[in-house]
Amino acid sequence: MRKRPAYVRDGIALGAAVSLFAVSFGVLATASGLSVAKTCAMSLLVFTGASQFAAVAVVDAGGSTGAAIGSALLLAARNAAYGLALAPILRGSRLRRAIVAQVIVDESTGMATAQPERADAERAFYATGIALFAFWNIGTLVGALAGTALGDPETLGLDTAFAAGFVALLAPHLRRRGGQVAAVGGGLIALALLPFAPAGVPVIAASLAALPALAVGRRDE
Amino acid sequence: MSWPAILVLAAGAYVFKATGLLVFGDSDESSLGIRVGRLLPPALLTALIVVSTFGATDGKGLALDARAAGIAAAAVAVWRRAPFILVIVIGAAVTALLRVLA
Repeated sequence: MRKRPAYVRDGIALGAAVSLFAVSFGVLATASGLSVAKTCAMSLLVFTGASQFAAVAVVDAGGSTGAAIGSALLLAARNAAYGLALAPILRGSRLRRAIVAQVIVDESTGMATAQPERADAERAFYATGIALFAFWNIGTLVGALAGTALGDPETLGLDTAFAAGFVALLAPHLRRRGGQVAAVGGGLIALALLPFAPAGVPVIAASLAALPALAVGRRDE
Repeated sequence: MSWPAILVLAAGAYVFKATGLLVFGDSDESSLGIRVGRLLPPALLTALIVVSTFGATDGKGLALDARAAGIAAAAVAVWRRAPFILVIVIGAAVTALLRVLA
């Protein structure tokens, strides 16, 4: 029997870590006044963790629906960059692409683009995307029904777990000059904007680092 | 939030996700869009690391706390070629440990 690739196990591990945040989301959303049905619908239909937390936080603080949608979409905008990055990896019919687009998030994109071979990248995307979708929605339901968190994910250091995972997923990109320039540029842009820009903007703005990286990256080929 | 508001948010989030795949899905590997797309993950992953490591947890601004130590430990683990799950566990454990001690 063929050995199961590491990314399947890794994707499931990320999903398990995500589930604790999903429980938190379910708890916070219902506490802010959303019904269990609406809370679960958000996780199924929106499926962008940071956006969902932002929307619920704005509503909970007494903000308008427009402000909640605006903050959430600002955080969701980075998925447009991921869609472009995944275009050469997720081939197949338009219908298939339209369906799998729903599980495009930080983790599925990061896990896919860290693989050197396209076939592995595609499988890593599906493994991570499906695991995250399943854990996120089950966790949301549990949190919405239970109404109390199992524990604060931050006490366990889980807020750092994802950034630590991104460090591992960044490493393969740093083997090329273009990737190095994009990484340093993206980091500097985010750091410069972080003190004053609204949440979500520092990450989208980091996309601009792809331009100098493109000029340098030509020498890679 | 009302049902229409949730549906508007879902539609907006979906448009962001699907546009790249549907517009550039048949593009040539050497087209400008695809070449730019390949360079976006390193730029955005680094930005995400910076934001979740140095972003103040209570609003805007910068913060230097237990998270930075966790990420530094994770980076060392990556450099020493530790498996992915171990990198995550080290990052979380170092952060959690410092929080307990603080």
